[in-house]
Parts: sequence; C-alpha cells; structure tokens
Amino acid sequence: MRGVRDIAQLIPPAALVVAAGLVGATFSRSNEIYFINALVMVSVVVALYVFVGNSGVLSFGHISFFAVGLWAAGVLSIPEQEKPATMPYLFDFLSSTTVGNVPSLLIAAAVGGVFAFLVGLPLMRLSGLAAGIATFAVLGITNNILRYYEKIGPGLNTFSSVPETTDLLQASVGALLVIVAAFAYQRSRLGRQLRATREDPAAARAVGVSIYRQRLAAFALSGFLAGFAGGLYVHFLPINVDAVYLDLTFITLAMLVIGGATSLWGAVVGALAVSGLDSVLANAENGIDVLGRTVDVPTGTRIVVVSALMALVLIVRPSGLTGGRELSLRPPRRLRPAASQEAAP
Amino acid sequence: MSVLLASGLTDFLSDAVDPQIQVDAIGLGAVYALMAVGIGLVFGVLRLVNFAYGQLIMAGAFALAYASDRDWPVGIGIALCFGVVLLLSLAMERVVFRPLRSQSGTVMLIATFAISFLLQSIALLWFGPLGKTATSLVQLNRTVSVGGVEIRKITIVAIVTAAVCLALLVVLLGRTSIGLHMRAASMDFTTARLIGVRANLVSGVAVLVSGVLAAVVAVMLTVQYPTVTPTFALQETIIVLAGVVVGGMTRLLPATLGGFLIGYVSGILGGALPTNQSQYLPTFLFGLVILVLLIRPDGLFTRSRGLVERV
Repeated sequence: MRGVRDIAQLIPPAALVVAAGLVGATFSRSNEIYFINALVMVSVVVALYVFVGNSGVLSFGHISFFAVGLWAAGVLSIPEQEKPATMPYLFDFLSSTTVGNVPSLLIAAAVGGVFAFLVGLPLMRLSGLAAGIATFAVLGITNNILRYYEKIGPGLNTFSSVPETTDLLQASVGALLVIVAAFAYQRSRLGRQLRATREDPAAARAVGVSIYRQRLAAFALSGFLAGFAGGLYVHFLPINVDAVYLDLTFITLAMLVIGGATSLWGAVVGALAVSGLDSVLANAENGIDVLGRTVDVPTGTRIVVVSALMALVLIVRPSGLTGGRELSLRPPRRLRPAASQEAAP
Repeated sequence: MSVLLASGLTDFLSDAVDPQIQVDAIGLGAVYALMAVGIGLVFGVLRLVNFAYGQLIMAGAFALAYASDRDWPVGIGIALCFGVVLLLSLAMERVVFRPLRSQSGTVMLIATFAISFLLQSIALLWFGPLGKTATSLVQLNRTVSVGGVEIRKITIVAIVTAAVCLALLVVLLGRTSIGLHMRAASMDFTTARLIGVRANLVSGVAVLVSGVLAAVVAVMLTVQYPTVTPTFALQETIIVLAGVVVGGMTRLLPATLGGFLIGYVSGILGGALPTNQSQYLPTFLFGLVILVLLIRPDGLFTRSRGLVERV
C-alpha cells in the first residue's frame, strides 16, 4: 500500500511534463522552441534537485557539469568535415570522431557524471559556505578553461552545425527520464540516507550514515543528469560559453528554490513556471495581442520582471510555490480529523 | 619538461617580487579588503551573504558616470554616488533583508542573487550593454615616481582610504555603543535582542556602513576602470566573496584579511603570469581558493574550533 502511494508521487511531475509536451505540440513551430527550452530546463533543475534538494547543501557548480556535457556532445556530433573550419585546434581524436544523436547524449551524461565524481571526491568533505564557494570556484575554473582552451572545443565561438535533434519529443522523453531517475534515487536506500543527513546530520551519523559518501553519490548522479541535459541543450540551440555561466546558474537555482527545493514536484513546477513566464515576456518584447490591443514592452523588461518576481516569491513564500512537498494525489487520511480539530477552536 | 617548469617558476618568482607589481597588488588588495569588510559586516550581523553587493558598487559607478556626462563638478558626482548607493542599501535592507531575516542562508543568498540580477537588468535597460564612461577622476591614474617605482596616484589613494576606513570602523565597533550592539548581534542575534539590542537598528546600521564602503569602492574602481557597464564589479564581488570565505566569514578581521589576500594574490598573478597564461588567471585563483578551503574549511585566519554538533 505504501509502495503504491510512493509510486503515485511520481505521477504529478511526470504528468506535468507530458502535458507541457502535448500543449507544445499544438503550437506553431516558432513557439514550440519555448516548450522545448522549458523541458530542457526541467531536466537541469531536476538534476540540480537530486543533489541540492536531497542533501540540503547549496551547489553553484552544476552548470559546469551541464557545460562539459554540452561541450562533449557538441564537439562529437558536429560532422567531421565541418570541424576544421570552426575548431581548427581540436585534439586529433576529437576531430576524427563523430557520433550520432543518442550516443552523444550518453557520452554527455557520462562526462558530466565522471567530472562531478572527480570534483566531488575532495569537495564533498566541505559543507556550508565553504562548499558553496568551492563549487562556485569549480564553475569559474570550468568556464575559464572552456572559454580559452581551443583543443577541446570552439572556445569563444558559438557551436555551429550541431545537428538539431532535440525536438519536442526528445526533450519530453529526456525530461521524463531524468525525473524517473531522480525519483528512483530519492526512494532508494541511498536517497533516504542522504535525506536523513539533510534533516539531522548528527542523528544520521549516529545511526551509521556516512555523510561524505551519500553526498558524493548524489553529486555524481546529479552531475550525470546535468551532463545529459547539457547534451540535449546543444542539440537544440547554437550555444557559446557565455550561455553556460552565471546567468544559467542563477536562473536554474532560482527555479529550484521558487518551486520548493526539497521536492521533485517543486523542482518541476519551478522550472516550468519560471520558463513559462520568461517565454510569455520574451514574446511580449516582440509585441503580443492582449484583448485586441498590441502590447509591446521594451527589450530587456523580461529579466527585470522575472528577477523581481523571483525576489517577491522568496519574500512572500520562502519555502517555494509547492512548500517543498510532493503532491499527494489523495490527502493523508489520518491527518485530516486532527487538522480540523486544530482549526475548530 | 621539469627544467622548463623550473625556469618558468623562477621567471614567475622574479616577476612577483618586482616592486612595481608588489605596489599594484597591494593597491588591489586594499580595494578588495574594503569590499570584504562591506560583505563581512552584513554577514556578521544578519548571517546573510549579500551577492548584490557588486551591484551597489555598479549603481554608484553609474551615478559617477552620469555626473561626469553632464560635466558636473567632481564633488557633486561623488555626493550623488554616495546618495544613490546609500538609498539603494537602505531600500534593500527594508524590502529584502528584513523580511527574510529568519530564513535559511540559502533562501537569503538566492534572494540577493535575484536582487543582483534585477539591478543588473535595470542598468541594462537604462544605460545599454556598452554602458557609460566616468572621466572626471581619471587624472588620478597619473603616476608619481617613488624610488624608481612608478606608482599611480589612485593606488596611494586606495591604500590610504582603506586604512582610514578600517581605522574608523575599528573605532565605531570598539568605542561606541552601537558598535557594541553590532558585535553582540554578530555573536548571537537572539540573545542580543533579549538583552535590549534593537534588531532593526543594528541591521540598518550594518547595511548603511556597508553601503558607505560600497560607495567608496565605486569611486576608486571607476578611476581604474572608467567604462561602467551593467556587469561592473560583478567579477570583483565573486572574487571577494571567495576571499572572505577563505579568510573566515564569521569574524570581521579574518574576512577582511581574506579579502586583502585574494586581491593581493590576484594582483601578483596578473602581473607575473606570462602573457600566454594570463587568460587562465581565474583558474589559478579559484584553484588556490579550493586548495585553501580543503585545508582550512573554517577559514585561513580563524582558530579552528573543530565545530561538531553534539547531541
């Protein structure tokens, strides 16, 4: 019975993603990209949630795993004959290898996961602000190297001629896979141990949970998923190194916190809500019809409104839109009478 | 290979002890130390990492650029800069910091992230991506020769200003009753309130002092980098934040020393790294940050207390 209800918690986030995919399919090609973008954001934010949500430790480093996955998938899937023109300094084994769509995504995930594991080996010993700044330092280093080291990618140039295989279907399936992986993890023995360390580190240690190992496992898994999301992203838009730095780090963290950082449902809701709002405003910058009148807001308004709303949500509802809880399809029966008694007097 | 590395290292070291590079690095360290105090002071009282600190500096810099655009006298430009920064600081404290005071550090940090991006995007909307130029104080970039070393006037101004500000701060914290209240609040906010420390006053003063320092830094940074863009001081803030944590965030003195140290080290690296490697300066700097954090997670300049929660 309990197992059934547990699995039922997977339904709302998965259904939301499927709904986003289906709604997106009814739109024209030019508007479809907003839905694809939102679905890729779901993948990144859920990847981030696997570590931050379950462990309670803030990480600024996740976009570096996203970025290395993106780099790996991008460099490897550009057709061989195109590579010398855009990336003349590439290592031989990179310039002579080209892989297909699905293998490139798997490689992206593997590279992200291995990188996160190696980074986590020393870093997961830290906690609190030291961990935050150390992961930030990882982001800074990754960005600096991707920006200037032209043997592994296009450097400052934009990725060009990457096959654009991430359509609505792939983005939806990708997001679903990431959600299922995150759900399976949080219900597993490992995930429960990590969540115990989040609630009370001392008590968790007392019953034999190794905080270091649990955090490292979650960090590597979330790096794996983030790398996968990076692979999806490079097959969707022409990207350069500036697109995978502070702005994306901020917006994905904000999506997670706005949705409610401690639940999978919160991660999905946050990602879709913020990207939805962002898309509407992006459209408004090009002028949209509201009740027969064309509303045209100046370019740049988008970020002003989004960041102001983010601050507002955090001030009014610091635990996020979902309160950091999973959406339960049926309300817990035993709690209901107690709650009504409390409300009565 | 090892010979190459050794000769590279000797080159680096001989460059690093060059008095010119030393002076510039100390000047940079002085500016970063002031920023570190501004960030550390607010953290001490509110336990809040203010990521939006750089955007306060950016706003001040835009005020200076605005004044220099209209050929207003330097004094008025500086007054405008202080006015804008202090007003913004107080608004930030009232609208964001105060309602979030009881929240977790994560929520507060993300909120200041949001404010930082909000201010950046407003600046982008208002002044455009290319920004404006503040030219009224550039004559401070002229050099004076001291014992064969060319020192820019701004370096001297920066070092003197930093010393004066820090001395004033020591007096404020150590010799006044509001300073005593602030120190009490940074030890234990709840207990301090119980014995009569007024929370809003203390946090207001902390934010105000940190705003004054931001305005001072804005003036000094615009002299060195006259082009003011929406991302002005962003990189510096990130580096200072790292420096503050490396030094030891929970006490003001270690935080300040950490800020100075990271400014000094990045000055040395910037001056002494060979040109083909200087683009990797952030990698070297952040690598050092990670190394220090791994060895001394509680901070380089704090006495490690081995803080373990006991049940």
